Amino acid sequence: MYDVIIIGAGVSGCAVARELSRYRADICVLEREEDVCCGTSKANSGIVHAGFDAEPGSMKAKMNLEGSRRMKALAEELDFPFQQNGSLVVCTDGEQRDGLERLLERGQKNGVEGLEILEREELLRMEPNLSEQAAAALYAPTGGIVCPFGLTIALAENACENGVEFRFRTQVDTIEKTENGFRLTTPQGTFQARTIVNAAGVYADVFHNMVSRKKIHITPRKGEYQLLDKTAGRHVHSTIFTLPGRMGKGVLVTPTVHGNLLTGPTATDLEDREATDTTRTGLDTVTEKSAVTVKNIPYRQVITSFAGLRAHEDGDDFILGQPSDAPGFFDCAGIESPGLSSAPAIGSYLAGQIAEYLELERNPSFQPTRKGILDPAALEFSKRQELIQREPAYGRIICRCEGVSEGEILDALRRPLGAKSLDGVKRRIRAGMGRCQAGFCAPKVMELLVREGVCDWDTLTKAGGDSWLICGKNKDAIGKR
Amino acid sequence: MREYAVVIIGGGPAGLAAAVSAAEQGEKEILILERDSELGGILNQCIHNGFGLHTFQEELTGPEYAARYIEKVRQMGIPCLTDTMVLDISPEKIVTAVSPREGLFQIQAQAVILAMGCRERPRGALNLPGYRPAGIFTAGTAQRLVNVEGRMPGREVVILGSGDIGLIMARRMTLEGAKVKVVAELMPYSGGLKRNIVQCLEDYGIPLKLSHTVVNIHGKERLTGVTLAQVDGSGRPIPGTEEEYCCDTLLLSVGLIPENELSRGAGVELNPLTSGPVVDESFQTSTEGIFACGNVLHVHDLVDFVSEEAAGAGRHAVEYIRGKRGQDICGKHGQGTALAIVPGAGVRYTVPSILHPERMEETVKLRFRVRDVYRNCYVTVRAGEKQLLRRKKQILTPGEMEQAVIQAEALAAVLPQETITVSVEEV
Amino acid sequence: MEKRILTCIGCPMGCELTVELKGSEVVSVSGYTCRRGKVYGEKEVTHPTRIVTTTVRVDGGAAPVVPVKTRGDIPKDKIFACIRALKNVTVQAPVRAGDTVLRDAAGTGVDVIALKDVGC
Repeated sequence: MYDVIIIGAGVSGCAVARELSRYRADICVLEREEDVCCGTSKANSGIVHAGFDAEPGSMKAKMNLEGSRRMKALAEELDFPFQQNGSLVVCTDGEQRDGLERLLERGQKNGVEGLEILEREELLRMEPNLSEQAAAALYAPTGGIVCPFGLTIALAENACENGVEFRFRTQVDTIEKTENGFRLTTPQGTFQARTIVNAAGVYADVFHNMVSRKKIHITPRKGEYQLLDKTAGRHVHSTIFTLPGRMGKGVLVTPTVHGNLLTGPTATDLEDREATDTTRTGLDTVTEKSAVTVKNIPYRQVITSFAGLRAHEDGDDFILGQPSDAPGFFDCAGIESPGLSSAPAIGSYLAGQIAEYLELERNPSFQPTRKGILDPAALEFSKRQELIQREPAYGRIICRCEGVSEGEILDALRRPLGAKSLDGVKRRIRAGMGRCQAGFCAPKVMELLVREGVCDWDTLTKAGGDSWLICGKNKDAIGKR
Repeated sequence: MREYAVVIIGGGPAGLAAAVSAAEQGEKEILILERDSELGGILNQCIHNGFGLHTFQEELTGPEYAARYIEKVRQMGIPCLTDTMVLDISPEKIVTAVSPREGLFQIQAQAVILAMGCRERPRGALNLPGYRPAGIFTAGTAQRLVNVEGRMPGREVVILGSGDIGLIMARRMTLEGAKVKVVAELMPYSGGLKRNIVQCLEDYGIPLKLSHTVVNIHGKERLTGVTLAQVDGSGRPIPGTEEEYCCDTLLLSVGLIPENELSRGAGVELNPLTSGPVVDESFQTSTEGIFACGNVLHVHDLVDFVSEEAAGAGRHAVEYIRGKRGQDICGKHGQGTALAIVPGAGVRYTVPSILHPERMEETVKLRFRVRDVYRNCYVTVRAGEKQLLRRKKQILTPGEMEQAVIQAEALAAVLPQETITVSVEEV
Repeated sequence: MEKRILTCIGCPMGCELTVELKGSEVVSVSGYTCRRGKVYGEKEVTHPTRIVTTTVRVDGGAAPVVPVKTRGDIPKDKIFACIRALKNVTVQAPVRAGDTVLRDAAGTGVDVIALKDVGC
């Protein structure tokens, strides 16, 4: 019997896990994929929103503001990349001007600091590549960018180091209330817990509805993106939004925290909760709509495109806490944008509620800091030289596009909750994330996965499950047909 | 800081030939920096034959062709550092590199020869919609897995792109036990050699579908199939022509891009038409003392031409240094007129794109690619109204690099403000 | 009389050759632009041959396989027999470029040799 089972190792689930590990409790995270950060958390804009967009008084507004205020300190504590690059909501003609004013007012109500409306001339000094029709913009200096993998993995590793158990490839099928809590069935066996955190992303309504008569409904809302090479990374400096509409914040153009340029997302409501495929129409829409605010985006330098599903709840707000008819069951549902920005706040908010419900004591040995993977390129010349003398693996570059050494990859494999697949390595240390998209480094990373005993050649995968990469040796199939 | 006369970035066919040529000029202080653990570059995984007909008048495989040059480099005692990744080249020719043995180090070079080669266009660059399952590899990645690691990346294969690497991999996968179902080519013609179409596809009954492309990817974890569709004259898929192919592997052979990230850092001007440096007749880039050759300069189809070009770069690099050292034997380096060469009708690009008539040797070889397939046509080189060259060609195809040899004396009459144009004239 | 249509591989022209055969005798070749086409057409229909390049497993080596080739041309219809024969070959490291890894591949009289050194 666990004190807490958290369903879902996305950014919200991991944030709750990390904040709960401040208490003495038996905590387990159940994740259906082979790694953390495999659902909505891995395919989004990577934006830390300033907080002007959400309806004043909503959970979104509250969590966003607090989350974004805490992100910098958290980034230092857990050593993940975060940058406050500021954001601009660009309006393109006089008609939209009112919208901008309303947004400013809403932002001020929400308590966002430093908001101001800038006119075209000033805007162009900041962002010379804004489109011809860009007339004015709401500037939010507190807007930022974060690596969504970096944030989620950091939270998970820290939770793990503080005693939280993670079980991967464990998909929850059913939840039943029991006398002292809940019983969860999975293909890997039955689990019992006094409390549940439902951080299941686009499936959160399914689990909620298993225990509560107050039904909720989540619509998977697809967002497609295009990622451009680092050579295009300075096309804009701040995050450029259009005025928000009914379906969300619209198509944005932003540098990423690693120096690429990202455009997207589209917003298409779906039935299928697994439809993370990109479409011709979607990608074309991104190209077209991004041009409304930013000119001359060098789309010839696209290195990949992807799609994610946001968990949009009918009530249009985060659902955090216990339904009145299911005590001990803590929802963390409807976490769409600004979910990433809100994660630190959501984690504390729910952990606090659970601690109170379970009357948990503080964990005196809680270790709040975590060290990320060492980046030799960030070291001074002589320090890097010393490092390589001590550990020659840091002198062997495996991923030439992102400059990732063998030493860093070994660290990604060996640390707590280490990478188990090519994508796991990619998300932790960016090998394969660059312009050649793993063309050169994939065979070498495969070799390291095998050499380190993470898997063997026949069980190597791109991202766990049936995503196998190698089917035997040369000529195995000769003479068999 | 260590100092060398010529530092060569890359120990593939271009770097090796440049090194040998520089050493043949009598230069002693040459250093080759190679990121892989052995010399030879991409030739190590190109185990098919057909290399060396021009250079050695015999048909060699990739490793054998590389071995000829590696042997010369060894005999000449040219130092090489393998497992060594160059991180930066400054315009002042300070090369920063890293290796497990040497750690992080810097070298001051008098001349640098860029010979980093190229990379393959990945799926992302095509913006192919669909899921992102395992089983989509560039042809070169699959080639490395099969030919170097001895591991099969799939059982049932569709190949997109009929350039030579795609065709060669169709045969390699077949001979190692996979079933290659089809090769699809976006263009109405193949960019590969006729010989490869016959010996890699027809020999094994593999169909080639011209004017076809992949329009959808199926399978969430491992690839389960692709949708092919016919395309119209502008490359757009024609609705209603879709066909499903079951396969677990899609190999992409859809173009190569010169790897010029280091060049950019060295302040080298790039030619958007080649994605390689702008060079003059001596293969010197816009940064003085930095030369470029091989696939980092422009993508070649024959390694023989890489070797020839790289030998030129090696020779000119040494001449450049001697000019600097006051031992200017040829008297060719110094100030002078620079003539621009521009691609004319039917020509995509030329290398070089700048000529210095006062500095050049007796002849210069212009290499270029055409935009389309042309039959019974003329290649002409003009400077203003003057015709410098006109040559009949039975066929020109985009897949084959062409060359035109210009005599220095023919350039004597060209005025500095005139541009030189290379074009295809149809009869 | 049998007619065979081929694509000449001599150059990018890719001439479409028509070869007329009576039994195994070539009666005529047409469609070529240069002599190479005629020679290729005659050979390709009577005794087509290929160099085969592939890999062979290495035991105890720095690399798991070594690339190999038939030292000379073998009949085209022996390619798969040659590949099947090589499936069962494993060579011991060290291997030197030029080492014979299989003698008289599939009865062709042609040896298969290593293309590269593989150390231990």
